[in-house]
Amino acid sequence: MSEHQDVGRGQASGGGGGDGGGGSKGRGGKVDVKGYWRANVRLILVLLSIWAVVSFGCGILFIEQLNEFKIGNLPLGFWFANQGSIYTFVVLIFVYAWRMDRLDKKFGVEE
Amino acid sequence: MINLWNGMLAEGVSAETYTYVFVTITFMIYLYIGWQSRVRESQGFYVAGQGVPAIANGAATAADWMSAASFISMAGLISFMGSNGSVYLMGWTGGYVLLALLLAPYLRKFGKYTVPDFVGARYYSETARVVAAICAIFVSITYVAGQMNGVGIVFSRFLNLDLTGGVIVGMVIVGFFAVLGGMKGITWTQVVQYFVLIVAFLIPAVAIAGMLTGNGIPQFSMTFSDMPEKLNQIHADLGFSEYTSPFTDKGMLDIFCITFALMVGTAGLPHVIVRFYTVSNVRAARFSAAWALVFIAILYTSAPALAMFARYNLLDSLNGAKILEISEAEIKGEQKKIYKLEKENAEGEKVPLAWATNWQKTGLIQFDDTDKDGVISLVMVKKKGKEEFAEATINRDIIVLSTPEVAGLAPWVIALVATGGLAAALSTAAGLLLVISSSIAHDLYIHFVDPDAPEAKRVAVGRVMIIVGILIAGYFGMNPPGFVGQVVAFAFGLAASSFFPVILLGIFWKRTTRQGAVAGMIAGLLFTGIYIVGNRSVKIFGTEEALFGPWCFGISPEGIGAVGCLLNFVVLVLVSKMTPAPPDDVQELVESVRVPAGSHEPEAHFDESDAVADDV
Repeated sequence: MSEHQDVGRGQASGGGGGDGGGGSKGRGGKVDVKGYWRANVRLILVLLSIWAVVSFGCGILFIEQLNEFKIGNLPLGFWFANQGSIYTFVVLIFVYAWRMDRLDKKFGVEE
Repeated sequence: MINLWNGMLAEGVSAETYTYVFVTITFMIYLYIGWQSRVRESQGFYVAGQGVPAIANGAATAADWMSAASFISMAGLISFMGSNGSVYLMGWTGGYVLLALLLAPYLRKFGKYTVPDFVGARYYSETARVVAAICAIFVSITYVAGQMNGVGIVFSRFLNLDLTGGVIVGMVIVGFFAVLGGMKGITWTQVVQYFVLIVAFLIPAVAIAGMLTGNGIPQFSMTFSDMPEKLNQIHADLGFSEYTSPFTDKGMLDIFCITFALMVGTAGLPHVIVRFYTVSNVRAARFSAAWALVFIAILYTSAPALAMFARYNLLDSLNGAKILEISEAEIKGEQKKIYKLEKENAEGEKVPLAWATNWQKTGLIQFDDTDKDGVISLVMVKKKGKEEFAEATINRDIIVLSTPEVAGLAPWVIALVATGGLAAALSTAAGLLLVISSSIAHDLYIHFVDPDAPEAKRVAVGRVMIIVGILIAGYFGMNPPGFVGQVVAFAFGLAASSFFPVILLGIFWKRTTRQGAVAGMIAGLLFTGIYIVGNRSVKIFGTEEALFGPWCFGISPEGIGAVGCLLNFVVLVLVSKMTPAPPDDVQELVESVRVPAGSHEPEAHFDESDAVADDV
């Protein structure tokens, strides 16, 4: 069972810590785990920036400035805080799930 | 006792009868599911066999998350807070982004049964596991007491049961499907409970939106109708701060911190995290979080609309209402006055305000014609520093509960709202009980007392602990400490300042050490706990005055978890750097947790490698 990293076990499995680059042997050859993780973290940072801007930015820090504008009949800042941020959160999570699907396949780490 | 329906028994089937019918039907469904999901092994009992489809798990998570507070109280709170109500809207949804991106997929890959499982393994420390288990128990017990109290209150308002009887019925129902089916029974009942609660919430929201604006989609009509202007206008007329303006009663820093504490606390609450152990694989964990937020968002984007419309209706119909007669009645043991009111509408017709008369009998709304002019005035008057009404006292919970009547809906809708409130409370209570049970049975008892226990015994211990949890929860449900609200705020602050940083950095930074984690958890916990308890000592200990005020930049106790979280991070990083790096096998654990491939069913047994001794 050296092809998969064991989960939750307190001991190293066969193909584990020996590789210099930290890559583990996946099926059919070496898997760039470091590259996968870097891509994951980058995606997370981008999505979390949007998360922060929409909620803390538009909904709190700049809500008064945004309230100068209106969406429909609602002040825009108020709309972000009450509705827009929540819609954005939903989209962010779906985007994350879909992109990670592609990343999983690209780096060959899918289940 | 006088309950909701006195005075409302019209021809045909009464709302009370409908309530009995709906509640009985839904309870039968929950019991049936519990029976069908009965389990024999611990994998089924603790993590539902790990085969729950992502969408179903999302619905279960949504029901688990949305408690009686979300269902009944939140819209009411928002309607009295205006723009600042967004702390709850953003605070209780934004955390799911953190869960989905930062925690759920990796914990699912880790694959064991509980949060202390992860903390114990990642920080190669039995002490850390115990501390985490105790924190989880504490957080969950305080939270679940509030739920059982909510169940009792719904029963006593809508049916002829007193609080104690209501709590006992709730305990029996939850007990049945939780003890038999464990997490599996709980999950599938929660799926059904989601649909009950969302329909129960949406029907009045849609109805009042349609009634006041002609557009029945709450999110739409809130934004595109003329309601915002009308509401702001009536606020101005009465002397209240503008509804859509922010920072009227709490400043920007406080709102920022409360929102942050609620978001991060969401992502650190054990009963939410554990919902991502039940899906089949890492990919399903991600999508399950997405679906959970969709289902949650349906309610959370309708609630502010309901809040606006109910607030407008309250002000418009009650202000200037003529008092036709004043009678006396006994409400909750006290003699109170019941005002029969009538309002002239735009067309000059006199409309009797029957809903106001009925609701006075519940004690949720009271009038007092202080200037004796025969008319109710809702002009703004400051009471205890807050903007309140001159001649009316209104309990926030009335907003959701009375909307069906206000919107002129049939009695069965009112019954549906009661049933929905029960679904919300029971689903959350069940999830919390599972955490209490697993923390005691799986993390403490089995791990330390009897690691070689066979499956049947593991499940038996788990079942016993659920019953213990129910008894404790029921007791507090019947005798809630006066500070239930503060205690729930403490639960969020605790989750934000102790669990979240430790789990997050455990995944994203290999260098986090056991000493760093323990130091960080203690620092965050103590700081947040002492701040909250000191500020709220009047309610918690009954002191004359609060021990101290919000000395930390004026941040309220509800928001201090944000500071506690940062404190935890700082301490955790500093102490980790000063202590030896984690052993190689732990670093490999971290690496494996970051990669989806190889996620398999969790072990049901423990072996020597799990009981790695430590010197802490």
